[in-house]
Amino acid sequence: MRADLKLIEPWVAPGSRVLDLGCGDGTLMDYLQREKGVVGYGLEINPEYIEECVRKGVNVIEQDLDEDRLHSFRDQTFDTVIMTQALQAVRRPDRALTEMLRLGREGVVTFPNFGYWRLRLHQLWNGRMPMSSTLPHTWYNTPNIHLCTVRDFEALCQEHRIRIKDRTVVDNAHRSRWYNRLWPNLLGQIAVYRVTR
Amino acid sequence: MAAESQAADSVGIVEPQRLHFPEPIRLESGHTLPEFNLVFETYGTLNADASNAVLICHALSGHHHAAGYHSREDRKPGWWDACIGPGKPIDTNKFFVVCPNNLGGCHGSTGPASENPDTGRPYGPDFPVITVRDWVKSQARLADRLGIDQWAAVIGGSLGGMQALDWAIHYPERIRHAVVIAATPRLTAQNIAFNEVARRAITSDPEFHEGRYLENDAIPQRGLMLARMVGHITYLSDVSMGEKFGRELRDHAYHFGFDVEFQVESYLQYQGVRFSETFDANTYLLMTRALDYFDPAREFGNDLTRAMAEARCRFLVLSFSSDWRFAPEHSQKLVNAMVDARRDVSYAEIDSDWGHDAFLVPNERYESLFRAYMNRVAKEHGDAG
Repeated sequence: MRADLKLIEPWVAPGSRVLDLGCGDGTLMDYLQREKGVVGYGLEINPEYIEECVRKGVNVIEQDLDEDRLHSFRDQTFDTVIMTQALQAVRRPDRALTEMLRLGREGVVTFPNFGYWRLRLHQLWNGRMPMSSTLPHTWYNTPNIHLCTVRDFEALCQEHRIRIKDRTVVDNAHRSRWYNRLWPNLLGQIAVYRVTR
Repeated sequence: MAAESQAADSVGIVEPQRLHFPEPIRLESGHTLPEFNLVFETYGTLNADASNAVLICHALSGHHHAAGYHSREDRKPGWWDACIGPGKPIDTNKFFVVCPNNLGGCHGSTGPASENPDTGRPYGPDFPVITVRDWVKSQARLADRLGIDQWAAVIGGSLGGMQALDWAIHYPERIRHAVVIAATPRLTAQNIAFNEVARRAITSDPEFHEGRYLENDAIPQRGLMLARMVGHITYLSDVSMGEKFGRELRDHAYHFGFDVEFQVESYLQYQGVRFSETFDANTYLLMTRALDYFDPAREFGNDLTRAMAEARCRFLVLSFSSDWRFAPEHSQKLVNAMVDARRDVSYAEIDSDWGHDAFLVPNERYESLFRAYMNRVAKEHGDAG
């Protein structure tokens, strides 16, 4: 099982209503459907991923997360709205975050931590935009247009009066080591948050 | 040569069937038809527990001949041959496919050109106005007669998609999946306006004779032709017309007159004439009215969510990017109501330049996604292939 799924799973109540923003090939929704009996939908823009979701029997709705139409879903339609590794790729992460909590009671967000020490060192040492296994793209051709650090994200939550219920910071293999917990912004590669209003 | 084009993925030579329904059917308008016939075709084989049956609902000018050929000399296959056949999205190796000609039609099912048992003359304008609900009701009777308690899927494009939607809402126990393609939960004022132009073109033709043209040995051919021309424009897109015709002239020079100059004019005339030779004018009036009246939310306080909450089946909703007749936004509204009503639904907007007609045009993504969905449907009756 994918390690990030294991991290998210305990935060999703059995039988709840889930929306997965940027659901990819539907692996997470498929897992949650089977293991937790959740009912829900994935939103996706990539045609191959959409077809893969259909093949898996995951409800998938073609939707560009940068479009405003998310707004046409009614307030609080879902128990949990999930967004894995997509926050940094949308045009307005702040709006995506507030939209998540309009649509659902709770939000689960994962993103690559740009405060990770190696990334800091890379820039300091080479004077160039950092690249790593988590962030393998060149600066001029990357879906990640709004990278942030753990601290940036928490500041954004504070600004929008969003309450952080849980935070896990893990390494690239989604393992949580003691040092990840001690200095999350410096030693964590991937941040996983559970937020609510 | 037609025989050669009957490839391995064709259902081959097919023969229409006809069933008589002697019981009266009460229509949404309050009128009753004392009896009726339905003409239909079937492809594939019904399995032992009748769990693999799929209903295909046709659109405005469609009919029961959806796939295959009627004879070896037949040049063109049925109207949805691209999607129905062995190995095609609606795989006849897995499904038993039923496609009827709708009530009020002009291809064999009881319609305005049929004989009115009360008078012994054609119904003509006395044929009652038919709605999507009425069609679905008559299709349910057909299902009864064929021994099909529950459709594995009801599938349709455009007006056919509306029938699939109506099945889902009004016969929730009798349908497991609904595939709603290039449809809308209700027509816009603009849609109705186009339909009205088409109807006026027909009724203002001197040959229309208040709808009793058959008894007057006349056919309102000009009216039908104009109706088809205006309709046809709404089925295509600016891009597809541009690609097909551009500003191409019929013989390279301006003649400074009002005869056919541009290729697009010639094409529309040809389409119009051909249509007017095969289609019944009263049926055209009925079909466009059925479109106008369709609005499943209406009986639920204009709340589409409440309408969709009646459904139990899973949905696949597809729209096409260049469809301006029933634009993707209409499908999105439908999907939103389904989500709101907690229905299982998947939705995709297929990139295509072919406008509303795109649902009939081969398209790699469309077919591939459609096939993936139908394979899931087939798995439920244990025939994944």
